[in-house]
Order: sequence, then C-alpha cells, then structure tokens
Amino acid sequence: MTERIMSHPILGDLPHKEKVSFTFDDQLYEAYKGESLAAALLAQGIRTLRVHEETSHPRGIYCNIGHCFECRVNINGLDGERACITPVAEGMVVKSGKVLPTTVRDWRKHHGK
Amino acid sequence: MENKVIIIGAGPAGLSAAITLAEKNIGVVVIDEYLYAGGRLLGQLYEETPNKWWNGIAESERLLARAKELNVEFSLQTSVSDLEKMDQDWVVHTNKGVFHTKQLLLATGAAESPFPIPGWTLPGVMSVGAAQVMTNVHRVKPGERGIIIGVNVLSSAIAMELQIADVQVAAITLPAANLLTIDSSDPLDVMNSLLHVSHMAPSLLIKIGSKFMKNEFLKKLGITFYPKDGVKMWGIPIMLRKAVIEIVGKEQVEGVVLATVNVDGSIVPGSEKRIDVDFVCIAGGLYPLAELASLAGCPFHYIEQLGGFVPLHNEQMETNLAGLHVAGNITGIEGAKVALAQGKVAALSIASKLGASVTQLDIQQAIKNVETTRAHAHIQFHPEVLVGRQKMKKIWAQSLSHTMS
Ligand SMILES: Cc1cc2nc3c(=O)[nH]c(=O)nc-3n(C[C@H](O)[C@H](O)[C@H](O)COP(=O)(O)OP(=O)(O)OC[C@H]3O[C@@H](n4cnc5c(N)ncnc54)[C@H](O)[C@@H]3O)c2cc1C
Ligand code: FES
Repeated sequence: MTERIMSHPILGDLPHKEKVSFTFDDQLYEAYKGESLAAALLAQGIRTLRVHEETSHPRGIYCNIGHCFECRVNINGLDGERACITPVAEGMVVKSGKVLPTTVRDWRKHHGK
Repeated sequence: MENKVIIIGAGPAGLSAAITLAEKNIGVVVIDEYLYAGGRLLGQLYEETPNKWWNGIAESERLLARAKELNVEFSLQTSVSDLEKMDQDWVVHTNKGVFHTKQLLLATGAAESPFPIPGWTLPGVMSVGAAQVMTNVHRVKPGERGIIIGVNVLSSAIAMELQIADVQVAAITLPAANLLTIDSSDPLDVMNSLLHVSHMAPSLLIKIGSKFMKNEFLKKLGITFYPKDGVKMWGIPIMLRKAVIEIVGKEQVEGVVLATVNVDGSIVPGSEKRIDVDFVCIAGGLYPLAELASLAGCPFHYIEQLGGFVPLHNEQMETNLAGLHVAGNITGIEGAKVALAQGKVAALSIASKLGASVTQLDIQQAIKNVETTRAHAHIQFHPEVLVGRQKMKKIWAQSLSHTMS
C-alpha cells in the first residue's frame, strides 16, 4: 500500500484540492481534481494498469511523464490513453488495458521456433 | 495574431524563451503534452547551499505566472506527433489539431534510458525520474521501501529527495553487467563518475575519498577495498560492489536479488541474496529527446559528452533548417539553469529574425550568460560537457564551410 505525502519538510502541507470520483474497472475511487490518473491510482495502492496485449503479464507506470507508453488504459471509451499525463475528471470511466485477441496463436510452431 | 512563434516544450528552456519573446512583443504559443507547465523542473528539489533550496515547483509557477502576464498562450495536454515544412511554414501535428508557424523552437528536453534487468516490466519498477515526479509533484509515495539501480548524479539527487519525503531507500546499487549496461555496471567507471557528485555528499568518507582517489591506481585500490555493503551518502548505502541481477514478484515488485560483483563487474557465484522492496527505480541516465528534430530533417551527431545524438546547431541555437531553433536538454544534458539561459539565446535569435530590436551584442551577452551559468552549475550530468559543446561548435563550422564550397 502506498500513501500520499500530506506534509513535506520543504514543500509544506498538501494544498487543499477539490475531490472527484471516477471508476477503474467498474470500482469507484476518489481522487484530487486535476491530478494524474496514474498518481490517483497509485495513491490507492493500484500499480497494475494493463496487461501485456499478448502474454497478459501485468504492467504499470514506468516513466510517469508520457515517454514510454507503458501506462496505456481505456479512458471514456478511448483506447491507448496514457494514465500518467491524463488528469482525472469527475465521472471518468477508466478500464485497464486487456489482452487482445490473437488469431494466429501458434505462429511459433509454423516458424520452427 | 498571424503566425505566432511556436515553442514545443514548457520546460525551463521553453518557458524562458516564451518570456523573452513576449517581452519583445512577439506572440507566442507554447505546446506541451504534460498536465502542467514546467517540464522536468517541476520535480526538482535540492539544497544548493546550506538552507537554500532549489524548489522546482515554485520556480515553474513563477515562470508560468510571468509568461501569462505577458499573454503567452499555452496549449497543455497537447502531444506533438509530427512536424513538416510546407512552403515557408512549419506545420505542427498534434492530438488537438494542426498548428502553423514560421519560427519554431524545439525545447522537448530529455528522456531516461532504462536497464533491461530480468523482471523490469513488473508494476512497481519505474524510472528514477518517475519516482521524483510521484513524490514531489503528485505527492504520492512511489512505495514504502525501494532500491535504486544505477549510481549517478540524478539517482543520488533523487535518493535524497525520496528520503526527505520519508520514503525508504534501501540502497543505491549497480545493474548487473550485460551488453546494455556496460558503462554503468563497471565499478571503476561508476566510481569515476561518482567523484563528480562528491560535492553534494555530506558523507566524509566520499568527500575525502574523492580527493584521495583522483589517481588511477588509488582508485583501483579504493574499489578493491570498497566496503562490500557500500559507503553511506545521506544515510543511504551506495553499493558499488553489489548489483541487482533480478527483480522478483508475481503481480508486482516484491524484492530484488543482489549479488556481489568483482572489480571488473563480474558476479561472485553464490553471493546472491534477496532483499524485500515494494518498488525499484532504474537510473540509466538521460539522453536528449530529439525525435521531433529528426522528423523535421535535422542532421544529427553523436556526442557522448552531450548525452547522445543531438541535432546540429550553433551557439545562437539555430539549426541548419530555416525557422527551426533548439534549446535546453535537446541540445545536450545539463541542469535547469543552463536550459533557462539557452532558452533566452534561442528567443533572442528568433526575435532578431522577426525584426525586433535585438542587437548582436544582446545575443552575445546571452551566450556568455549560458557559459557562466554552466561554469557555476550545481548539478553537472556529464563532467566533460564543455568538450561536447566545443565538438558541436566545430561540426557546425565544418558544415558551413561545406555548404559554401
Ligand atoms: C526524469 C528527469 C529528471 C530530471 N531531474 C533533474 C534534476 O533533479 N535536476 C536537474 O538539474 N536536472 C534534472 N533533469 C534534467 C532536466 O531535463 C533539466 O534540468 C531541464 O528541466 C531541462 O529543461 P528543458 O526545458 O530542456 O526540458 P524539460 O524540462 O524536459 O521540458 C521538456 C518539455 O517538453 C515536453 N515535450 C516533449 N516532447 C513533447 C511532444 N512530442 N509533444 C508535446 N510536448 C512534449 C515535455 O512534456 C516537457 O514538459 C532531469 C531530466 C529528466 C528527464
Ligand atoms: S508511464 Fe510512461 S507514458 Fe505513462
């Protein structure tokens, strides 16, 4: 479980911010308005944002600033949105990235691998 | 206003350029994909001199307020995906539509290199910069207790920032040696680069050690006798004789496997030991984020001292493409103050092209200011950045003589 840093010796107390609620995989969560979706989820202990599209291995944030595209989720119906650079908004519907259907499952067999 | 100057990147370089241009009454639009303006300045927090803190959030807010006061327009949460030149215009393609300009400044900053260590895709593994932003900008702990892989200026600075925020750092250590970690997994190379952060270390051992170890032979000795459990900097063990060989966990990070390494970086068999952590930071160093310059058609040169491939540019921050300028980390990895100074140079050379009252002397003074800022920089990512800058200067001069002949 992770937590918010409410008071910081140099940066001071966390400024008071408006709260909003959003859903992640149909669960209701609270967040501070304007914070990134990745931060809001991590603050509630959620690290896994998607699974690898083929292997289903869990994935979370890596760079946290929009460079690596590891944090892709579905936001309000749009796939491939980066959770680390998207601000949470009231009523946002977020779904974790899922395994994609692979029609040619056993390509390795036919390629001598 | 028609055809405002467009700046891509709202980091220190982009913001200072925007302010300088706006002060000359030139219209500016700053595009950035992040939530807030400030770029990597946002996460920075360190003690420059006793009790005097460099607070990147406060600095960013100050710059943003000044820019807004001067009517600089901002288009945040706007990702630039392509650039092209059509007639005299630069066309900037984004997720929020297309922008046109005659004068474009690229100030896209830097990105971090990872170390591909087994287990590095597990949730809980992140770049050291990710932990910095989580902690200082979002004020969310990256975890309870973590380990930092990669011993360098940035990782040492961020380790301290984590500690200030009451996040436990179990150790800063090396990555296991493999083809991609060559420079970062050799204890001697790392020791060398570590000598450059010694001014930031209150630990007497490192301070004395760094003077003592300037000599190659002594350095080897230092590594050989370097305590296996590391020396402490701000109470955090820095382990140059240990390497993380694997990150373990089922659904997310649960721990790492540490092994002792020989002076040449090879692993001592049987020395593997597991320690529990819930997050892992990878600090593989920074490189200029220059894809957009590449899409625009800039020639690139590999200059190690500047952090990798950088677009060809001169001291006035011009590229060899008409109407295209660069500033900040895209031209070489340095701290925020150098980026601020470079942004000003770029803005003055753009302003002079647009007929604003800018003299050659103004530009020369701004260039001088970059040099003095560099000389007094608190954080230096590459000890030989000056050599790198000289190299680029020479390549630029050569490219000019080629075009003339
Ligand atoms: C993770 C990280 C941590 C750092 N920490 C420190 C530190 O603690 N101390 C220090 O002195 N230096 C640090 N640096 C170096 C730092 O880059 C400089 O100090 C300084 O911030 C560079 O300024 P800049 O304006 O060149 O770029 P940046 O501050 O990096 O700003 C670039 C901006 O461009 C935007 N951008 C990039 N590409 C696009 C695109 N395609 N579309 C839209 N927007 C885009 C980014 O969102 C970003 O806001 C760090 C660098 C990184 C990468
Ligand atoms: S974590 Fe890298 S893009 Fe979001």
